[in-house]
Amino acid sequence: MENSHTEEPKNPKKLPRWAIIAAFVVLLGFLALMGWGLKNAQQGPVQEGQKVPPFELTTFDGSKIKTEDLLGKVVVINFWASWCKPCEQEASELEEAWQYYKDSGEVVFLGVDYVDTETEAMGYLEKFNITYPNGPDLRTAISQIFRISGVPETYIIDRNGKLASRKIGPFVSISEITSMIDSALNQ
Amino acid sequence: MNYKNIVFLRIKILIGFFALIFLLLLISFNNVIAQNDYPTDDQVNAIAKELYCPVCENTPLDVCPTQACAQWRALIKEKLIAGWSKEEIKQYFVDQYGDRVLAQPPARGLNWLVYILPPVVFVGGIVVVYLNLKKIKKSSEKVVQVSNNNNDKYLKEMEEALNVLNNEEDLS
Repeated sequence: MENSHTEEPKNPKKLPRWAIIAAFVVLLGFLALMGWGLKNAQQGPVQEGQKVPPFELTTFDGSKIKTEDLLGKVVVINFWASWCKPCEQEASELEEAWQYYKDSGEVVFLGVDYVDTETEAMGYLEKFNITYPNGPDLRTAISQIFRISGVPETYIIDRNGKLASRKIGPFVSISEITSMIDSALNQ
Repeated sequence: MNYKNIVFLRIKILIGFFALIFLLLLISFNNVIAQNDYPTDDQVNAIAKELYCPVCENTPLDVCPTQACAQWRALIKEKLIAGWSKEEIKQYFVDQYGDRVLAQPPARGLNWLVYILPPVVFVGGIVVVYLNLKKIKKSSEKVVQVSNNNNDKYLKEMEEALNVLNNEEDLS
């Protein structure tokens, strides 16, 4: 008698080698992309002592200011917005500090208006009589360099283009501003 | 003043009165036209819906309660009054605040992955499921066929054996 139970279905056809390799390449590429995104997301702000990447600020009156051209001077970069109530606490003090340093020619103040509307921003500048150059943070390019977590934030860059110090939140007094700037000037 | 003059005077007064009413209607009609040109909140929100607040996370601009968002909605209204189209307003927001304000990321650079990957993975999944189902169906058909073949042979042998037994009984 013939033993019919020994008949087995043939092994299933395997995937071609190129398909397996392609699948692994796609998977690895996807993982690399995710890793790159994660690394970027976890990258912290510019640390004190680190070189600040150069950027350009287009002011509300249309003039362009390149930080590369400001080497040799201490640069005070203040992020603010008209909708930001804490920014109003320090606005007058910042202007007062600017008035104190502007004649020396050694300190430059730059106001960076973070995601704001121009009409309200101009109203804010007028309200606090702010005279130092201010401009919008177009496409949030500047705030992304510093990875700001909100407004107001102030960054002080030394004469060599390195970050000297930063202040998260509003300054409480003019002496707090001047002490940070003086420290950068004396470096 | 004779009767004729009185009639003329009355006619003049009536004409003046109707002319005044006509002018008043014309002024109010013009006002209605002007009001129609003014964008409504619905028109503003229709655009705001397609934009996200650049400050708050994952909040569409039309429902965002912050002061900043109210300013941006007012800005949309301003632009609509100035005659800007929806696309021009959206582009202005992108230029000012970056791509992240868009509800739908623009199809360029790595953003393409967002549009390409889901359909590719979906179609790939359907193909894999289809191929596996086909394979399962084929193998089950084979098993049935093999088992049918086996039964036939077995039955044949059984019938032959029964026939032999029947024949032997008949002979005895």
